[in-house]
Amino acid sequence: MSGSVLILGATSAIARGTAGAFAARGHDLYLAGRDMAELPRIAADIRLRYGVEVRFGLFDAVATDTHAAFLQTVIDEMKGLCGVVLAFGYLGDPIAARDFSVGAKVIAANFTGAASILSHCANYFEPLKSGFIIGISSVAGDRGRQSNYVYGAAKGALSLYLQGLRNRLYSSGVRVITVKPGFVDTAMTYGLPGLFLVASPQHIGACIARAPDKSADVLYLPWFWRYIMLIIKHIPEPIFKRLKL
Amino acid sequence: MATLVTSISGWGRYPAQTCELERPERYADLRPNAPSVIARGQGRSYGDAALNENGRVLLTERVNRMLDFDTEQGILRAEAGTTLAEILPVIVAKGWFLPVTPGTKFVSLGGCVAADVHGKNHHHDGSFGEHVLALEMILADGSRVTCSPSESPELFWATVGGMGLTGIIGEVTLKLSPVTSAYMHVQNRAADNLEQLFALLQDEDKDDRYSVAWIDCLARGAQLGRGVAMFGHHADADYLPPSLGGPLNAKPGRTRAMPFNFPGWALNPLSIGAFNEFYFKREGKKENPFLSGYDAYFYPLDGITEWNRMYGKRGFVQYQCVIPDATAFEGIQSLLEELSASRRSSFLAVLKRLGEQGRGMLSFPLAGYTLALDLPIHDEEGLLGLLNRLDEIVLRHSGRVYLAKDARLSSRSFHSMYPRHDELMSIKNQIDPGNRFGSSMSRRLGIAGGRR
Repeated sequence: MSGSVLILGATSAIARGTAGAFAARGHDLYLAGRDMAELPRIAADIRLRYGVEVRFGLFDAVATDTHAAFLQTVIDEMKGLCGVVLAFGYLGDPIAARDFSVGAKVIAANFTGAASILSHCANYFEPLKSGFIIGISSVAGDRGRQSNYVYGAAKGALSLYLQGLRNRLYSSGVRVITVKPGFVDTAMTYGLPGLFLVASPQHIGACIARAPDKSADVLYLPWFWRYIMLIIKHIPEPIFKRLKL
Repeated sequence: MATLVTSISGWGRYPAQTCELERPERYADLRPNAPSVIARGQGRSYGDAALNENGRVLLTERVNRMLDFDTEQGILRAEAGTTLAEILPVIVAKGWFLPVTPGTKFVSLGGCVAADVHGKNHHHDGSFGEHVLALEMILADGSRVTCSPSESPELFWATVGGMGLTGIIGEVTLKLSPVTSAYMHVQNRAADNLEQLFALLQDEDKDDRYSVAWIDCLARGAQLGRGVAMFGHHADADYLPPSLGGPLNAKPGRTRAMPFNFPGWALNPLSIGAFNEFYFKREGKKENPFLSGYDAYFYPLDGITEWNRMYGKRGFVQYQCVIPDATAFEGIQSLLEELSASRRSSFLAVLKRLGEQGRGMLSFPLAGYTLALDLPIHDEEGLLGLLNRLDEIVLRHSGRVYLAKDARLSSRSFHSMYPRHDELMSIKNQIDPGNRFGSSMSRRLGIAGGRR
């Protein structure tokens, strides 16, 4: 399969790994993000390594009123899209739980912004009867924990949104894939204590780029996180509420 | 930005020290964020050059984007964390090659500049810094400046070979070298002793763009310095059999990993002697020219990832020195005799002719012959005693020890070996008076005001 892929939030390590993996499969790319100093660097690099066309532009998840025009620009520039990867996310600070002004930003970026751009993407792909939408959610969205429940709630909402979208677009032949990464070796996790079995962003990226060819609707990465989360989700609430997680 | 406090070491796994690691992912975050900082690329220097005990070590591995490649002129601009392994497939496909490459491709561009690395073609093409057209530096005050042989040349030549002590190397612009194929034309010649080996390396008729010699360090007496000289050049596309499937199309070889640390006794005079005998016979027989992919030719050890684990948990020291032409033969002979008398075996010993001294103030190469030895650490004290005796021989012959390989040179020896240190010092006083850029090595050797 070829065609152009739009990466939303293209400057994170996972996004870079994903973009590289799609480019290695021959896809042209449109890299979208806020950091206009980093985007041209990443674009130039992927162009040189993989010989595909890479364009980039400013995209702000929180500025939802710009999303429709932004997507149209991308579609025009790339002469159509075959897929979209939603890779942006904002962890915020654990303090977000106490101070809602921070929590509001976490929700605005991870859920409201995501729902906004994805609704435009869905409207684009539905009549085409083809294409894929990959949303990078998080295992943090599977169960609320005291350490990051605002982030978790926003990602959990994103997972539900993707689930509904998958149901809606199934009959149109548009794939909607939910990706839930566990611990990945990125700036977000670097130096954190207590991490185990940390995956490289290149590995995660390669798995994401393969996902449209496979049948799984919900992809835990690396794969064993499905079972870790299965256990965590099944801890009875009377016990779970006592845990320091 | 979050940091990680942990114990790290160089490629020789000796010494290991506790450092605070920071790993930026954005170019804008490549800046000195602590009172004492040293940049570290792939950690392939052997000793303490990229260690900063109880200080900050700035990992450049994620700042590794190739930014611009002019395929007409053969000019590549890339971020300093980019490795030669990442660059090679991109440039070879377009008919270009690295102008200079060390014996591993798993090194960063920044590291190649900071150590001013050399390759088997030094006697023709000089060291890495000679081919760098420009650098973007991040200085102690966080400012970004461009330097080149014509723009701020003092900063440029202080940085080339400067072991990261002038600032953080951000971007490197490199002039590449044209090739018509991805293959090497190679020819080996055996020598029964050191005299023959020197004669081979000096012979202008036998010489080639690349030359290097392997020495059997366990051979003694009349056979002292026996070895195999290996000559090569980039094969011309017309020379290749069509079966190779396109001249620029060499596939890199398969890599295997060293699965565990060898026990300390695995490398002993007996096992090394057996290997050397086998290797001498096998390689010495290849007197007829043969073709080799560039990967197998330049990076034989890269096929085994983490080959340093062969030396066991205690690690190893690499000793590399150069002896100027005038007394090169006598100097190398004395070094080999000293090594042979110590009954210590070097698994790998390499002799290489070097060309004219470059312009980098702390650059290692000078016109003469360089000898590199890998020495496993069994008893630390005995080994360090031997190495100090080797230093004395090197000093007596006005030679020097390569800092990128070093873990134990004395400050006094360093200052005699690197007379242009004062020039670096005066640049450093202007651009980094607070001595923000420092490493365990700079403090050990007293480079550029570094002291404990």
